[in-house]
Amino acid sequence: MTRPFVEIDRVAMRYGGVEGTLALQECSLNVQEGEFISVVGPSGCGKSTLMRLVSGLWPATDGNVVVAGEEVDRPLSLVGMAFQNPTLLPWRTILDNVMLPFEVVPEHRKRLRAERAKYEQKALDLLKLVGLEGFGAKYPYQLSGGMQQRTSLCRALIHEPPLLMLDEPFSALDVFTREDLWDVLQQVWLARKPTVVLVTHDLREACYLADRVLVMSARPGRIIAERAVPFARPRNQETMVEPEFTKLVAELRGFIALARKGEEVS
Amino acid sequence: MSSKAQSRIEALAASARRRRRLQAWLPWLVIAGTFILWEAATEIFDISTFILPAPSDVFQAAVKWWKPLLDDSLHTLISTLAGFGLAVVAGLLLGVAIGSSTLVYKGLYPLLIAFNSIPKVAVVPVLIIWFGIGVWPAIITAFLISFFPIVVNVATGIATVEPELRDVLRALGAKPSDIIRKVGLPRAMPYFFASLKIAITVAFVGSIIAESVAPNAGIGRLMMVASSRFDVPLVFAGLIVTGMMGIMLYWVAEFIERRTTGWATRGQDAQNFTPGG
Repeated sequence: MTRPFVEIDRVAMRYGGVEGTLALQECSLNVQEGEFISVVGPSGCGKSTLMRLVSGLWPATDGNVVVAGEEVDRPLSLVGMAFQNPTLLPWRTILDNVMLPFEVVPEHRKRLRAERAKYEQKALDLLKLVGLEGFGAKYPYQLSGGMQQRTSLCRALIHEPPLLMLDEPFSALDVFTREDLWDVLQQVWLARKPTVVLVTHDLREACYLADRVLVMSARPGRIIAERAVPFARPRNQETMVEPEFTKLVAELRGFIALARKGEEVS
Repeated sequence: MSSKAQSRIEALAASARRRRRLQAWLPWLVIAGTFILWEAATEIFDISTFILPAPSDVFQAAVKWWKPLLDDSLHTLISTLAGFGLAVVAGLLLGVAIGSSTLVYKGLYPLLIAFNSIPKVAVVPVLIIWFGIGVWPAIITAFLISFFPIVVNVATGIATVEPELRDVLRALGAKPSDIIRKVGLPRAMPYFFASLKIAITVAFVGSIIAESVAPNAGIGRLMMVASSRFDVPLVFAGLIVTGMMGIMLYWVAEFIERRTTGWATRGQDAQNFTPGG
């Protein structure tokens, strides 16, 4: 087997000094290149902390995080991130918001001035893919929450990062928009095959999108269970009504119930 | 579209137009009303010109002394703008430094607050000792008094950048200077303009205080001279001219604000609002 793209080895994270809250402990997991994994767990189990450690935004208190064969000790520029809130820049148009990574990522910022038209076309194509054609010149406040979240997803994807970290990006949306965006994300993933880590508390979302679902324990968080998701791609509404799907979701729900009580699972 | 819907939309548009027209005229109506009430009050209660001159007396004084009024107010305007300009530059720089570094914030803030608590009228004599009587004490007093609100506002705008926004940029490999340029500064702009509107008006207070303490030139000196001659209508003419200059510069600041930070004041102006899809 090739070396995993993301290796997290017995990582611990403690906030606020020696006596502070322990968010993660003995947390280990690997993600293969091009794999789509979901991390689920009871609320407050350190899922978001895990995201920030992998992106290099915060240093781990203990253990190792290795991405693409390199020890993570500072923010990596190969990551695209999206959060629960769209976190768009309100003074920029939708197009300019999506273009932001090109202005920042070192390899693009040098070429941006000379090849602006090409880059803009790329952003417009991506906006079209997520159903935002013709909205490039609008400002975020002129769009609905779901459309803002689509924009945020575009911003995470535009520079084609090999690693995509998504922290509950769909949880603030209504069900219809959410399931719509699942398909958008699946489509993008199938087209480009980035490595994706999706943190979520929606088990159906995790099973619908991921190749593998990892369950975290209550705080201090670590991985307590793991299930492969066997369904063929592209998945669709029919996948969700298969008995196997329902069974998998129920099983994961059981794990989380146990995790909340703090019990061991196999 | 049904004719009922049509007429409803037209009625809404008409009422919006009426409201906008009223909004445009209201300030002038209030000002005119104030002057009329003032004139009437001096007439009815038979107030002596020496206590409270009627607007008509003030107007006469302004016409009679139009040349010194114009010269002195221009003088005040220039020293105010000079001090204000310095305050904008220094305030932006220091605001960015304080807003983006906790260390600078902790280190400088107490000193800034202490400094701002000092009544500027007490500083003017010191400035006169340092720079002599002339235009500099007025410029520096205007600077000192208008600098603080700018620093505080710019620093607040930069310091309150959402951590997630910062994370998005850091995850892309952004340097701290990128974060200030792409997020901190644009985000601080509404705060900055809000502070400009305060700063420009208090800058007048600063330069006029200096001109009154060290009477050399300017509207402050004109008012001091007029009051020592018991020419109260001229004092009031000076006050009114100062107020007018304040409003004019406030408008300039507001105009620039609306041009540059429309995204932050959406919905306050009906004409700026565009419904989303």
